[in-house]
Amino acid sequence: MSHAHEQAAHGGKHGTLSSYLVGFGLSLVLTLLSFGCVMTGMVPHHLIVPGLMVFCVAQVLVQLGFFLHMGIAPEQRENLMVAACALLFIAIVVIGSLWVLHNMNVYMVPGMSHG
Amino acid sequence: MNTSVITAGHDVAGHHEHHDDGSKTLLGFWIYLMSDCLIFSGLFATFAVMAHAYAGGPTGKEIFDLKYVLGETMLLLVSSFTFGMAMLNMHAGRRNKVLAWLAITFLFGAAFVGMEIHEFAALIHEGAGPDRSAFLSAYFTLVGTHGLHVTCGLIWIVVMLDMVRRHGLDAVVKRRLSCLSLFWHFLDVIWICVFTFVYLHGVL
Repeated sequence: MSHAHEQAAHGGKHGTLSSYLVGFGLSLVLTLLSFGCVMTGMVPHHLIVPGLMVFCVAQVLVQLGFFLHMGIAPEQRENLMVAACALLFIAIVVIGSLWVLHNMNVYMVPGMSHG
Repeated sequence: MNTSVITAGHDVAGHHEHHDDGSKTLLGFWIYLMSDCLIFSGLFATFAVMAHAYAGGPTGKEIFDLKYVLGETMLLLVSSFTFGMAMLNMHAGRRNKVLAWLAITFLFGAAFVGMEIHEFAALIHEGAGPDRSAFLSAYFTLVGTHGLHVTCGLIWIVVMLDMVRRHGLDAVVKRRLSCLSLFWHFLDVIWICVFTFVYLHGVL
């Protein structure tokens, strides 16, 4: 009884065979959807990029949840805070770089502004 | 007398360290992973701003073979799942199964690195090496850094295979396997962004 309880508690924290299988299955489907978006040519052109973004974010969340066992449990608060901080830094670096270099292209190089 | 005081102090420190290392090790490793994320975000940002700096050289559409990349992606995804199986067996205390699943994970990871080296060699052979354009420099740096991480992961797997074989599944081995598990799954998460933003977005 106590052993079973311990296993259940462990399962919640470390994942179970079924949670790994679900995570693997979802990742597989999302990967194939991403590649299918571009490779099959069946998706309308203006929907390809938004589709890729959605599938990418979805798969990152699936793997963080099912494989890295991230969650909103109180004992994971420290991990979540570090991750949120990293996410903020990533947003600043990536969005900042794109914005600055976009402006550089627009203002500095003649001919590229109307490209 | 001085010595005995120092020794006693050491004892207290040693005991304290032993008391709370498990959870703090994983938190510390998590902080390392998040800072590694920042390295990759810098490389992704560089790639994004250089994505069209072809300098008259080949474009992504001309050099990327999506079927090949899908193969690489599958290898890494399966290796992530097999590592999960190793972790399940670790928590169940099944030493031999841990060794078997780690070995399988190593094979898939090694196949991924092999495919990537082959891809790089073919590109360099075609004259699309990292010195051809800023786009290709950024591409080789980003994808190469990921490949280097996977290679480090492979070396770590070999080390852990030896540790599990020698010491069994004791607390230290379990903690290190948990760190390696985070590292290996983290590399798969980075690869999701690589195939989306570099390869799939690159051929559009």
